[in-house]
Amino acid sequence: MDQRSSLTPPPALEEIEAAVGSTDYEVSLVSLNQWQLAWRRFKRHRLAVFGSILFLTICAIAVIGPFIIPFDFYTIPEPLKFCVGSTVLRAASGCPPSINHILGTTGGLQRDLLTLVVNGARLSLTIGIGASATAAILGTIVGGVAGYFGGWLDNILMRIVDVMLSLPLLFVILVVAKFLGGGNWFVVMLVFAVFGWQGIARLVRSLFLSLRSEVFVDAARAVGVNDRRIIFRHILPNAVSPIIVAMTLSVASVIVGEAFVSFLGFGVDITQPTWGNILSNSLSFIPLGNWWWPLFPGLAIVFTVLGINFMGDGLRDALDPRSRD
Amino acid sequence: MTAIVAGGPPAGVPAAGPLLDVTDLTMFFPISQGIVFERHVGDVRAVEGVSLSIRRGETLGLVGESGCGKSTAGRTIIRLYRPTAGRIVFDGVDITRLEGEPLRLTRRRMQMIFQDPYASLNPRMTAGGIVGEPLDIHEIGTRQERRERVHELLSIVGLDPEYGARYPHEFSGGQRQRIGVARALAVHPDLIVADEPISALDVSIQAQIINLLERLQAQFGLTYLFIAHDLSVVRHISDRIAVMYLGRIVEVAPSRELNERPLHPYTVALLSAVPVPDPAVEARRRRIILRGDVPSPVNPPAGCRFHTRCWLRERLGNPEECVTVEPPLRPLAGGHEVACHFAEKVDGSSEQVQAIGTRRGVGQADGRQAAGAGAAAAVPPVPPTSPPA
Repeated sequence: MDQRSSLTPPPALEEIEAAVGSTDYEVSLVSLNQWQLAWRRFKRHRLAVFGSILFLTICAIAVIGPFIIPFDFYTIPEPLKFCVGSTVLRAASGCPPSINHILGTTGGLQRDLLTLVVNGARLSLTIGIGASATAAILGTIVGGVAGYFGGWLDNILMRIVDVMLSLPLLFVILVVAKFLGGGNWFVVMLVFAVFGWQGIARLVRSLFLSLRSEVFVDAARAVGVNDRRIIFRHILPNAVSPIIVAMTLSVASVIVGEAFVSFLGFGVDITQPTWGNILSNSLSFIPLGNWWWPLFPGLAIVFTVLGINFMGDGLRDALDPRSRD
Repeated sequence: MTAIVAGGPPAGVPAAGPLLDVTDLTMFFPISQGIVFERHVGDVRAVEGVSLSIRRGETLGLVGESGCGKSTAGRTIIRLYRPTAGRIVFDGVDITRLEGEPLRLTRRRMQMIFQDPYASLNPRMTAGGIVGEPLDIHEIGTRQERRERVHELLSIVGLDPEYGARYPHEFSGGQRQRIGVARALAVHPDLIVADEPISALDVSIQAQIINLLERLQAQFGLTYLFIAHDLSVVRHISDRIAVMYLGRIVEVAPSRELNERPLHPYTVALLSAVPVPDPAVEARRRRIILRGDVPSPVNPPAGCRFHTRCWLRERLGNPEECVTVEPPLRPLAGGHEVACHFAEKVDGSSEQVQAIGTRRGVGQADGRQAAGAGAAAAVPPVPPTSPPA
C-alpha cells in the first residue's frame, strides 16, 4: 500500500489519448450485434458495395428522375420532319442520341427516350420489389406454418406448392395477366407475387424444420415460452437472413419476368411505361436502323439485375452466421 | 420403489417426501416409413421402465454411455417430450400428462442446463435477454425489477452484469455455460436437470462450473438430476448414482457404495475405465474392456439387455436365465438396487475396482466443501487391499 501511494498517480485518460493519439482502444469494448457485424463484412465485399450503389442509384433516379428531366411523360412533342441538324435522318423513325435527347427519340411519336426509360424505372422497380416482398411474406407464412407445425398441415401446404411449381409458369402468367389485368401494373405485380412465393416457402420450411430442433428452442420451451414467442423471437430472427437474400435475388428475376411478359404484350400497357413495354414498342423500328430505342431500356434492365445480384451475393456472405468478422 | 438416500440434504432444507418421483417412465420415438401414407414400422426405445426418485436438496447422478437414453430421460422428466408411458410426480403433483398453462406454471419450478453451451443460446439474443426471458414470460416483477434481477443473476454465476448487453458469440464456452446456468436459476426453480453440463467444456473450465453448481446448490437448496457419461465427475458431485444401459437403469446406489462395491457387471466395467491418478496403481490394475457395440435400441436384446456384452455371464458359463428373463431392479444391502440375476457373484472389491476411491470416500461431511481444483484430478486413491509391490 505504502509503495503504491508513493508512486506517481496513473496518467489521466486525456494524457493517454495525447500520447497514443486516439482512443482506439475503446473500440474493442463496444459490443456489436449480428447486424452490425454483417454490415462490417458487407462493406468489405467490394462487388457487393458496387452492386448496391448501382441499384440504389437506379432507385434514386426512379424516384426523383421524373422531376429533373426536361420533358414531361404525358406531353407528346410536336412531330418533326427531320432530326435536328440533319437533312437526311427522318424523325419518324426516331433520332439518334444528341444534345437535346441524350438517349435519342423513339420512332412514331418521336418521344424522348430518356423520359421513357426514367419513368419506366418507377414501375419496373415497383413491380419487382413489390412482388418480391409480397411473395416473401406469403412464402414465409406458408413455409413457417408448414415447417413449425408439421404433420398433415405441412403435407397439404407442400403438395399445393408442388402443384404450383409444376404449372408451366410463363403461360399461366401470360393468360392470367391478360384476363385479369387489361394491362394494369398492379395486377401484373399481384400475379408475380402469387406465382412467386413457392420457392421461398420451401426455403423457409426447411429453415424452420432445422431451427425447430435447435437446442436453444428446446431451452426456450423448457423455460415455458409459448409457440408464438418461439416462432417470432427464436426461430424467425435466425431465419431472416436467408429470406432476405432470396427476396433480393427474386427482385431481379421479377424485373426480368415482367419485362418479358410486357415485351410479349401481355403485361403492363404502354400508357404506364415499364422497361418491358418500351422494348416491345421498339420492335418494328429496329429494321429502320433505330438501335438506341431497344438498347437503353435493355441496358437499364441489365444494370439493375446486375446490381441486385451483386448485392444479393454480398448479403449472402455477410449474413452467413458461420463467417466470422 | 423406495427411495434410498445417502448423503443428507443440506442444512435448512426440511426433509420431506421425494421432490421428484418417476415410475416406469418409458419414451419411445416412432420410426415411420413412406411419404404420403406413413406407416409405423418400429420404435426407438430410448427409455424403458425407468424409475427413480430424488429427495429435496439431493443430487442424483445419472450415468451411462452415449445413446443409452440418459438425456432422453432427463428431457422427458422436465416434459420436453410427452412420455409414452409411466408416471412423473413432481412435488406430489402428477405432471405426466400436463399440457398448456398448468405445464407452463410447472416449468417455473424445474429447469434444465444443456450440454452444448454454443447451441443452447439463441445467437440473436443478448445475454441479458436470454437470462431475462423466463422472467418476461412468467411476468415476474416490474420491468425495473426484472432488469435488476438479471444483473443479480449474472453476478451470481460470476459474470460482470455489464456483459448483459453482449451477444453469445462474444463469450467463451465457460462463460456461455454460466449464462445457461443463470437462465435456469432465473425463476427460482426447485429442480435442475443438468444434462452433461460440462462435457462440452475445456477441462480447466469443467471444475469451475462444477464448483459453481455446488455453490448454488448450497445457496439455494437446489435439487439436481446430474446427467453425465463421465463417472469420475458424477461421483464427485452426486449423493446417489443411477447407472443406465440401453434405456434401463441397471444399478442405483449411494455414491460411495457404488464406487466401492459395484454390483452390476456393467458398472464394474465402467468403473474400471476411470483412470486412477496414481501411476503405481494404474500400472497394476486390470481394465475390463467391453467387446462389441451397444445393441440397437430399436431392437434391444431379450432377457438382460447387457447379456450380449457381459463378462460375468461368460465367466459363469452363459446361464440361460440371462437371455430369457429380464432381471428386475432389486434392493440389496447398503442401499443398493441392482438389475442382475447374479449380482451376488460380482465381488466388486476383488475385481479391478478396489483401487478407485471417491472424494466422498474420504468423509461424507467435507465432500462438498472440499470441492476443489478439479473433479478427476483431486480424487485421492483409497489404499489398495493388496500390499504394493
